[in-house]
Amino acid sequence: MSWSAKLRNFLQKLSPSQFKLGPQDYEMFRTLMLEADFGPYLTEELLELFRQKNLEIKNIDEATMFLTQKLRDSLIPQSSLNIADTPPSVYLFVGVNGTGKTTSIAKVAHYLKKKGKSVLIACADTFRAAAREQLKIWADRLNLPFIGYPIGGDPAAVVFDALEGARSRNIEFLLVDTAGRQHTDTNLMEELKKIKRVISKKKEGSPEETLLVLDANAGLNAINQARSYHEDLGLTGIIVTKFDSPAKAGFVFAIQKELSIPVKFLGVGEGLEDLLEFSPDIFLKKFLS
Amino acid sequence: MFDFLTSKLQEIFRKLTSRGKLNPEEVEQYLKEIRVALLAADVHVSVVKAFSERVKEKAVGQEVLDSLTPGQQVIKIVRDELIGILGEKPEPLSITAFPACIMLIGLQGSGKTTTCVKLARTFKNQGKHVLLLGLDAKRPAAMEQLAYLAQKEGIPAYLGEGKDALELARTSFQYFKNHGFDLGIIDTAGRLHIDQDLMGELETTKKIFNPRETILVLDSTLGHASLSVGQEFQRLVGFDSLILTKLDGDAKGGAALSIHFITGKPIRFIGTGEKMEDLEVFHPDRFLSRILGMGDMLTLIEKAEKALAVSDKEKLERQLKGRISLTDFLEQLEGLTRMGSIKDLIPKIPGVTPQEADKKMLARWKAIILSMTPEERDAPEIINSSRKKRIALGSGTSVHEVNMLLKRFDQFKNLLKQAKKGTLPFLKNYSIGG
Repeated sequence: MSWSAKLRNFLQKLSPSQFKLGPQDYEMFRTLMLEADFGPYLTEELLELFRQKNLEIKNIDEATMFLTQKLRDSLIPQSSLNIADTPPSVYLFVGVNGTGKTTSIAKVAHYLKKKGKSVLIACADTFRAAAREQLKIWADRLNLPFIGYPIGGDPAAVVFDALEGARSRNIEFLLVDTAGRQHTDTNLMEELKKIKRVISKKKEGSPEETLLVLDANAGLNAINQARSYHEDLGLTGIIVTKFDSPAKAGFVFAIQKELSIPVKFLGVGEGLEDLLEFSPDIFLKKFLS
Repeated sequence: MFDFLTSKLQEIFRKLTSRGKLNPEEVEQYLKEIRVALLAADVHVSVVKAFSERVKEKAVGQEVLDSLTPGQQVIKIVRDELIGILGEKPEPLSITAFPACIMLIGLQGSGKTTTCVKLARTFKNQGKHVLLLGLDAKRPAAMEQLAYLAQKEGIPAYLGEGKDALELARTSFQYFKNHGFDLGIIDTAGRLHIDQDLMGELETTKKIFNPRETILVLDSTLGHASLSVGQEFQRLVGFDSLILTKLDGDAKGGAALSIHFITGKPIRFIGTGEKMEDLEVFHPDRFLSRILGMGDMLTLIEKAEKALAVSDKEKLERQLKGRISLTDFLEQLEGLTRMGSIKDLIPKIPGVTPQEADKKMLARWKAIILSMTPEERDAPEIINSSRKKRIALGSGTSVHEVNMLLKRFDQFKNLLKQAKKGTLPFLKNYSIGG
């Protein structure tokens, strides 16, 4: 039986009252939520809701609505990108290794370009082999200006020069890629703080967005990543990548509950068009399917 | 960390009388905490359940060993069971007949390219003539990445040409065959396990190379996708072993345990950083410490019992009353150094970050404590900023480091307090959401 069929089974039994539910049904529901990377604590909280004696649920539609509503309540509604009063708006992309920062930048650049915006792409990843080449290829495909230094260069200098460049060319959006790093690596996190400081010093109020890129296939460690990155950098948004995977990215609920960081985009493939603006409905549709 | 150790000794003293058999309620109570720990480590829920049943069967009715409380006894059974699953000893990658190929497969961003070069470096150091083969023509600059890393390590790389992935595979295989290399290490493009077309392509690629070993590369942050990832890669392509990457973060890597549990395929290596030497042979016992998040308590307890002068009862009792001084702290640090290589031991101690886990750091801590007056060691709260300056100067460290040490010391004291309250205090250290 598929995940959604099992869920339907549970919700079916919930109506007209939850008294039909036996311990094994609750156990089934617990397993489903854990399989969705919802985490052991939130799962117990959700289970408590279904154990209330005074639930007035008449049929499966109402049961589904009840669950959907509870889940939607814990998601932050759609939130648009922050835009600077005086351009450029600077968007800093951060995250652990291999989550899809570079591809996400290309997609966001494409998204902005389609809206008629001017975009400069900067590669402040001067560590990973061919990171610059990878981003440069995307910039070329998008026919967008690009700035990046060879390996070993100072990432803060890239950012400094990119800001100068964006200003002199009247560019509206500056997208900055950074090297992937583990949130536990104090030195590399300091480097990232420095990059952010350089931006704010050069342009007050920037970066307008500090976006954490998270892999939908991740488990509960995504929560640790968000917590540390938020503490160090003050995140304004999250991009969940690889959302075309069967993984349900249930960790998003815990992150939103604890840290109140909105999800801005969902990545759903390897192509430039494979980017969705986040909405609780889109997220829940996948989560409950 | 040491507080936990101390409180453990305290329990041993206290509970010498508490013997008998584990009853089902006790077992269930402790198992519940273990289950949460495993789930928090991203071990798949179905694996947690199956495992938990096995432990329950074994544990109920078992004699509680003299030196252990029921809780520890359950942990011991859990540990032994897990070791039983993962194997006592590492199962390193052993390739004896050449020429041979190794193929790395996995999801996008799991770390295949970096791992390929790390592996190539390992075999090169064994005197093998290694060729890296780049088959990822899809991700922009994936080939350049491989070429750059290969060149840095002085390892030849073949970045073939071809109008599609399969032609690329064929020309690459021909090149490998015609040039007399011992070992070819194949980097493939990352793909989702549900992408039928790309999985089919990978299966054909595998047939072309007929690799001696096909390795599924897993990101240690992988969540419950683990089961379907493992099953689908096994069903559609087939693999022989696992490599777990990015263990330098704080992800536990429960996905690898889950996939090992359902496929029986050994975990060969772990990736512990971005440098090319950051590839280690997988050690089941260390991995378990990480998964259970409590350090290898039992080993530590065993070692501590031997290394510490347990007979010094008076001092111990004073410590247990919470009057632990920096002198006691220093003695325990030294006790630890006696126990064996620090590098081996530190990962067994919960709450100590990898950054602190080196001998140098402990040596500096020791220097700081030794630069204090006896009064300061007994009552660290009197250490004000001018004292800190003096201590920093005397020990050749910085005020910041003195602060760090004092902060750590405070945390240990707090842990001790908690340890006295709870049954399994270390389990509360889980930093997961909710």
